[in-house]
Amino acid sequence: MAAVSSHAGLLSGSYRVGMDIKLDGISHHYGHTEVLRNISLEIPAGQIVCLVGPSGCGKSTLLRLIGGLERPGNGRVLQVGAPPADSLNPLTFVFQDFALLPWRSVKGNVSLVLEDHGIRGKRSKAIIDDVLNRTKLADFADALPKQLSGGMKQRVAIARALAVNPAVMLMDEPLSALDAQTRELLMDDLVALWTRQPFTAVYVTHNLAEAVRLGHTIVVLSRRPGRIREIISIDTPISERRAGDPVCQRKHDLLWELMREEARAADEELIDG
Amino acid sequence: MADTAAGKKRDSDGPIEVRFRGGGFAPRSLRWVGVAVFVVLIAMVQWGTESGWISALTLPKPTDVLATFRELWESGLLFKHLQPSLTRLVIGAALGASTGIAIGVLIGLFSYARAGLVPLVAAIFPIPKIALLPLFVIWFGIDEGSKYALIAFGTFTPTVVATYGAVDNVDRSLIRMGQSFGLSWSSIVRKIVLPGAMPGILSGLRISLAIAIILLVAAEMLGAEYGIGAYILEAGSLYDLERLFAGVVILSLLGVLVSALIGFLEKRLLGWRI
Repeated sequence: MAAVSSHAGLLSGSYRVGMDIKLDGISHHYGHTEVLRNISLEIPAGQIVCLVGPSGCGKSTLLRLIGGLERPGNGRVLQVGAPPADSLNPLTFVFQDFALLPWRSVKGNVSLVLEDHGIRGKRSKAIIDDVLNRTKLADFADALPKQLSGGMKQRVAIARALAVNPAVMLMDEPLSALDAQTRELLMDDLVALWTRQPFTAVYVTHNLAEAVRLGHTIVVLSRRPGRIREIISIDTPISERRAGDPVCQRKHDLLWELMREEARAADEELIDG
Repeated sequence: MADTAAGKKRDSDGPIEVRFRGGGFAPRSLRWVGVAVFVVLIAMVQWGTESGWISALTLPKPTDVLATFRELWESGLLFKHLQPSLTRLVIGAALGASTGIAIGVLIGLFSYARAGLVPLVAAIFPIPKIALLPLFVIWFGIDEGSKYALIAFGTFTPTVVATYGAVDNVDRSLIRMGQSFGLSWSSIVRKIVLPGAMPGILSGLRISLAIAIILLVAAEMLGAEYGIGAYILEAGSLYDLERLFAGVVILSLLGVLVSALIGFLEKRLLGWRI
């Protein structure tokens, strides 16, 4: 257990100091299609911000802009404050399709993101053991992705993200490819992870139940071109939220009220229209 | 079984079992069938030649071919022919396949390489490489050089095409993942692109190496003292069917061997596939 505690030491306190993300007037086009219009938003350290909106509203695009995988047409994404010194990759994604290398074992997939930072041998093993323990994957270190269920694959992807000690986790519909029961279990896991060590996250989802369960703040985007329609915060600590919780249910209904018409309109829109 | 004809019973009101219409389209491995086909074919030829139904000028007796083969083995002549052939095959194919993979990866990774080289490869691909042998003889000499060059050239083009196709097919979401974790360009190529392209490269090699065997024989037919091609050419010009067929059998075995080798590599390297 000595190895684990040494890495926990490496991680301790780093999130609280943290780094905020600030979006300053972001607009974006794909060809002639305007996908995002004038988005300004602050993502404070230590909080989970959920982005919800009808399909095609550009929420995943916004996430890729935040993570630097795409360049915004207009506006800037700013990091406010320095990321923790021991953060290997301050902005770290968790993808909907897991994006695991099928030819590497669970261990190998985590080690992939450490190798480039020259972390090998004992140090690497300590980090891998720690993150696999935190995601309850310790017994599956040598399994190949093809042997794992969808839920386990996503836990591997989360372990890989934790391994680089991110300042902000960018989660792109991380539970959308999973069945309802697995989703429920993984939400519990995420809540447990956050409670043990609060992290900053931008969490894109179309599932309102996920948003009210995990979000400190929920940002509702309008349909394309995406603009911020409403920002809702939920004060109940996320560890105390339950499925049938009246506060959460009210927020859920409020969100659905906000989105219903737009969701219908987005559904009836032609793709290239 | 009258009740299987569901259509006829439609007028009666009893329940009808749903007709099974799934299944199929899933190849199973039935190893013995391949062997059985060979055995039946050879047995038929043996029976035909013995009964005189197939004349001695049409096909040799399989037992005679086997006897010739044994003779080849016992006299040590087999290895005298096989050794230079295998050397040419290994050197030529290794040269062609390795440059082919290298150029294919370049085409897959760089737009300029793609724009410049894809038309060139398309122009070279359909040229029958055997037609270029006289040219190779002038360029690389009448000895081994021209044979290596012919085999290498012939393996090169299909390997290039298979390789850049394989690189194109690597899952882009994995590459984005690599970028999102800040992996260096060379790490992405080594750890994501190359392993991801491996299935396509190996299945391309299956074709390239079969072409290499064809070209090996062609090269040896045009000027070689020893080698399976030379052996077959000599047998053919003497109309010695037993020896001709013995040579052909060696080539077939070589093909089976190469294919088994690739199968082994696939099993070792691509165990991660579903």
